[in-house]
Amino acid sequence: MKAVRALRRYPVLAALCLAALFMIVPFLIVAVNAVKSPAEYSRDGPLSLPDGLYLDGLRDFWERVDYSRKLLNSVLISGSVAVGAVVLSVLNAYAIGIGRIRGRTWILAFFVLADMLPQEALVYPVYYLSKQAGLYDTRLSVIIVFTVIQAAFGTYLLSSVLSRFPREIIEAARIDGAGTWQVLWRIVVPVSRPTLGVLLVFFFVWTWNEFLLPLVMLISNDNQTVSVALGVLQGQRLMDATMTDAAALLGVLPALVFFLVFQRTLTRGIAVGAVK
Amino acid sequence: MTVTVERGGRVTGKRDGAVRPRRARDPYVLFLLPGALAFLTVVVVPFLMNTGVSLTDWQGVGRPEWTGAANYRELMGDAEFWESFRHSLFMVVAMAALPTAIGLVLAAALFDHVGKHFGSRTAAVLRACFYLPQVLPVAVAGIVWSWILAPDDGSLNALLQAVGLGSWRQDWLGDPDLALWSVMGVMVWVQLGFPLVVFMAGLERVDPQLYEAAELDGAGWWRRFLHITLPQIRPETYVVLTWCTIAALKVFGAVYVLTKGGPGGATNVPSYFSFATFFEKTQVGYGAAICTVLTMIILALSLVGLRLQTRAEDAEEGLRT
Repeated sequence: MKAVRALRRYPVLAALCLAALFMIVPFLIVAVNAVKSPAEYSRDGPLSLPDGLYLDGLRDFWERVDYSRKLLNSVLISGSVAVGAVVLSVLNAYAIGIGRIRGRTWILAFFVLADMLPQEALVYPVYYLSKQAGLYDTRLSVIIVFTVIQAAFGTYLLSSVLSRFPREIIEAARIDGAGTWQVLWRIVVPVSRPTLGVLLVFFFVWTWNEFLLPLVMLISNDNQTVSVALGVLQGQRLMDATMTDAAALLGVLPALVFFLVFQRTLTRGIAVGAVK
Repeated sequence: MTVTVERGGRVTGKRDGAVRPRRARDPYVLFLLPGALAFLTVVVVPFLMNTGVSLTDWQGVGRPEWTGAANYRELMGDAEFWESFRHSLFMVVAMAALPTAIGLVLAAALFDHVGKHFGSRTAAVLRACFYLPQVLPVAVAGIVWSWILAPDDGSLNALLQAVGLGSWRQDWLGDPDLALWSVMGVMVWVQLGFPLVVFMAGLERVDPQLYEAAELDGAGWWRRFLHITLPQIRPETYVVLTWCTIAALKVFGAVYVLTKGGPGGATNVPSYFSFATFFEKTQVGYGAAICTVLTMIILALSLVGLRLQTRAEDAEEGLRT
């Protein structure tokens, strides 16, 4: 009886492994084909194993789209947004969660709504206003917009975390003569560092993955992010199969790196906020 | 840290009733100043502008011409508009209903079965595989799949050919009857990891004794799933359904990269429809009206979702105390 039950466990595991394999097969097949030459691809199709390592296709594509530049843009934009949005969220949440300013329920509701708001309802005015301000097609414009948009979620999350901050610590510091700024930078920020770290990672990855607003705001090649550059190329339908595959692999690789580096933070963080 | 955010938010709200001595000047208000200015410029003003523009006829240059509700009246009779929202319902199935249902079963199987019999490491590795597409930029996911689904030398058609099902080969994204289903399939793949991870985290806080007691009473896996797992993680289910439904209504990048709303509008969704109306047809007033309708639907859904979740959490807390 026991042996039968033990045996019955394996089909479930096998089914789950098969399902998991289905999830990662697209990545594997993209990687395998990225190292084939165009001739080999058209001769053997996408399912064969590569004869050898042919990296010219990737290298050509990298140079053609100036991929280093796109990576730099993405890192610059996502990094600035992550830091800026965390700072803005901390300031807001400090006033709401610890300062408990009057009307905080309504202020918090405002941030929740701002977080839910579809970017479509902002995109044209943001495009128009940035043109008026001379910021259109600059990385700065995208940084400003996403710093604010991400801070909506950050404020919402941090306010609830800080509303549970031990009051005794703050009272003690106040008695010792610390001002509100000192309490914030010397006590609240250091104590909340784990949560801030989670937010930092999330803001970085979310901004990296954004598409609609960067697509509208960044039209010149020199300013585009990885997502926009690759998405626009694909949208033009000018690439052959091997080029599309190179584009896919180069787009997947940074995400894979984030995944491996931040995996714990990402999966844990999702549980923290039941995130986007 | 594992409680969901709304709970904390509500706690803050409840304390609102407490009376606090009025101070002449609240020093904390100053900290809200940068945030208030930033949100005013980037969110409030653009949103009000968008709403205002939706009541005008405007090409993006010159003076907008006030037309009142004309754009909305036109929308009501616009087949393309209704079609795009009909496709949104399909996206809700692909991005909210299916991933939630599959995610529940997978999460329970991974947590309860694999985690118990094969160790939590195995469960964690499998979970990581399911979650991987979630970290991918949606534009990149689109490129991966448009390469796989390509009609002539795509991997899916090559695979069908290789296993002797050559007659099943299709132009997956180019056939108007198939394109929407193909996009839906891709979106299930993209979205599945999110519910799975949230549910597995939710299961961590379920008392294992519940399962043990049920097992002793002879309840099979399926009955334990129905009578313990599902009721216990109901708050998470509402959160996931709300988030995923909103994400489905906003879907843009995948459609832009996979089909550009085509062929012949077969995969058009409100977000892409508004984008094309803004920037290709430059009917800014009309595009703004589409976005306003979309916003209203999303805000209404958010409120319903928050209410359901709050109620589920209250019920759960009531059980515990």
